[in-house]
This record gives sequence, C-alpha cells and structure tokens, in this order.
Amino acid sequence: MSEPLTPEAPAAPPPVLGYLRDREVHPPLDYPGYRSTALRHPRRRLKVLPHLLTEVTGPLLGEDRIGELDNDLTRQHDGEPQGQRIIVHGQVRDGDGAPVPHTLIEIWQANAGGRYRHTGDNWPSPLDPNFTGVGRTLTDDQGRYRFTTIRPGAYPWRNHDNAWRPAHIHFSLFGRAFTQRLVTQMYFPGDPLFFQDPMWNSIPDPDARERLVARFDYGSTEEEWALAYEWDIVLRGRESTVFEDEIALEDDDE
Amino acid sequence: MTAPTTPSQTVGPYLHIGLPWPDGPFAAAEGSPGGVWIRGVLTDGAGAPIGDGLVETWQADPDGRFDHPDDPRGAVARPGFRGFGRCPTDAEGRFAVYTLKPGPVPSHLGLQAPHIDVSVFARGMLNRTVTRIYFPDEPEANAADPVLGSIASEAARATLVAEPAEDGYRFDIRLQGEGETVFFNI
Ligand SMILES: [Fe+3]
Repeated sequence: MSEPLTPEAPAAPPPVLGYLRDREVHPPLDYPGYRSTALRHPRRRLKVLPHLLTEVTGPLLGEDRIGELDNDLTRQHDGEPQGQRIIVHGQVRDGDGAPVPHTLIEIWQANAGGRYRHTGDNWPSPLDPNFTGVGRTLTDDQGRYRFTTIRPGAYPWRNHDNAWRPAHIHFSLFGRAFTQRLVTQMYFPGDPLFFQDPMWNSIPDPDARERLVARFDYGSTEEEWALAYEWDIVLRGRESTVFEDEIALEDDDE
Repeated sequence: MTAPTTPSQTVGPYLHIGLPWPDGPFAAAEGSPGGVWIRGVLTDGAGAPIGDGLVETWQADPDGRFDHPDDPRGAVARPGFRGFGRCPTDAEGRFAVYTLKPGPVPSHLGLQAPHIDVSVFARGMLNRTVTRIYFPDEPEANAADPVLGSIASEAARATLVAEPAEDGYRFDIRLQGEGETVFFNI
C-alpha cells in the first residue's frame, strides 16, 4: 500500500532519477543525404525536457501482446519461406550493463528477395506467400531474446542514383521508461552496401554505426538447420545522481 | 562505467506491417466512462499530411498515477486503462487515440498540469520526436506547469495545448514550418 496523498498543499516530492541523455549517439533529424528528412525535421531547437514521472515510467507490455509463433517468422504460414534460415538472438541491456527483462521487442523485415509485404513496396522482386516478415517477443528475465527468421535481401530505393538499402531487420524496443524507447535497424557483418547508405552514414560516430551490426555466431548455428547471428542492444542507463543542470529548465532562447 | 547505447534508425516506409496493433489506439478500453478521443493530423514542412507515420502516447491515469514500479507512490493498476496508445497515420495524416484525461502529476519542479507524452515516428525521421499534449480546459494548471513555463514564446507554448472537439480533443502535430510544434530533447 502506498501513502495516501495529502489533500492540502503537498510538499514538492524529491527529484526522481532520470536517464542519461545520449543524443550524440543518434543520427541528426536534419540529414541532407537522406532526402526525406528535408521537410520532416523540426527547425526550432529541441527544448530540454527534464525527466519527471511521465518520462521515467513507461508501458510495461506483457504476454498479451505476443502470439505463440510470433518469434518464429518461418512458421507463420503453411509452407516454409524461401531463403536462408537464421537465428537472431542477443541481450537487451541498459547503459549500466543491467539486463532489461520482460520487455517487448517487435521486428519487421523484407523477404529473402528484399521485398516487403506492404502495398507501398512494388519493386520487381516477388512476394513470398510463406513469409509475412513480422515478429514479436518478450525478453526473458536475463534480457535475452531470440527470433528465427530468414535473412532479408537488400532492396533498391530512390533516395539517390542506384540507391540500395543494406540488408536489415527493423527493431522496436520499449525498455522500462518512456525515455528508453528505441526504434532501430540491425545489419549484417561485412555488407558491401554500407558505404552508400545514408541511414548508416547519418550516425556521426563510426563506432556507433558498428553497434548496429550483428556478429556471426557460429557457436549458436544449428547443424543442418540455421545460421546464427548475435546482436546485443543497449538502451539508455539511469542517472546515478540527480545532476543540477538536468533539474534546471533552460531558458527559452527564441 | 557506462556502456554506449545503440543508435536510432528510421522506421522507414514499411512500419505499417510491423508496428500497428488492432487495439493500439485504445489507451483506455473502448466505452470507458469519461473516455475521450484525441484526434489530430501529422503534417510536414510543406503542410502536407504524413501518411506513413506513427504516433504513440504515454500518460498518467486520471489520479495522476502510473502503473509502474518507478512511481515512488507505488504502482497503481487501473483495470481497462493501459496509459499507452499507438496509432499509425492514415493517407490524410490522421491519427486518433482513445483515452482518459490524465490527472496532474507531481514533480520537484512543482505540480505538472495534466499532460500526455507523445512520440512521433515516420519515414524521413532518423529518430523519433517527442512532444507533450496539454488540455485547453486547464488554464490555471497550464499557467503553473513547469515545462510549459519554460517556453517563453506564447505562440510556441500554444502548440502544446489541444483544442476542444466534439468527442474529446484535437491535437495537430506540425513537424516543421509555420506553427511548428514544440519538440523536446528527451
Ligand atoms: Fe527497411
């Protein structure tokens, strides 16, 4: 049981611990190499939002979001999909190295030929009747997740001359706080298309780009069944102390 | 020792196959007493609707509490209330979330007016943007809100306040240009 709230003039509660800001890790919203950013980035400088209760909490979504075969994208139809069967597994941790348990992961991807089951994707590579390309799972109590899928193909797009997306799987994660929400993409090691990909190049720090690349995991390969890739995901860590400059709301600079 | 985090990437043009849920727009169960629709249109810097976006909302319950262990007052579950809404935009850029109006939320900076945190995802956005919805029927609480109060420009502040609508509220999100919504560094 929690304490009842005092109706008259409650004292301001102490600050809650926020999450460490990591904006320098992420791509800028305005990145001319990715043409669609031109009209879709705010021009006004982002206001610093202190991490208050709404920001340090978040939806803790559970088993009710998951169907039985949601973590195996190769078994969602009567037949088997075309392509190279792979296992993608790893651990979700926060910046302090602590596992993020029981958190929802959602993935979506193209089929082996690089085609999405989406009305907007019409490039001349066939759909696979046995592949939807959508998966969901919850991490276990150690933050671990595991999908079985097929290796997606590269696909062309019209961003620049002869533009191709490197093979990738889209990942969506919640963590345990609104501030930890992350949507990203997992890539495969040694992809020859990275050099011309604005998504990849938009990440300012080359080391940070490499954190999107899975590791080929021979040890987890299943004999005569599936290759394996390991990809760990790191969400923002919690502050250990409340920093004064995070508490203060900056003055508006307009 | 802090490990570096995983970078964000765009949801791309095909998010609609992976992220929408049939019950996504229902942060509160359909038909909840006091339930309201928050409807809006997501537009780009040319004023054109964004038809391949996704809006997510997170908020306190009508008592200003969260069903979460990091609420120091204790987690409070409220049957029929998830507090989280998710809605893809349609071809006209429209989105809608059905919810209960949140209560005021305490903070060390002072009592916060009822508000909803919003994430916006779309093709052409390499990271989400974050904004907040405030309510037009809370002028005094809004005037005392520490986050709204940190925004000097009245016109900018006004972009965070929804408008009354027939079945709830209207909250448009303009990513860029005239009437650009205030977005936060989270
Ligand atoms: Fe993609």
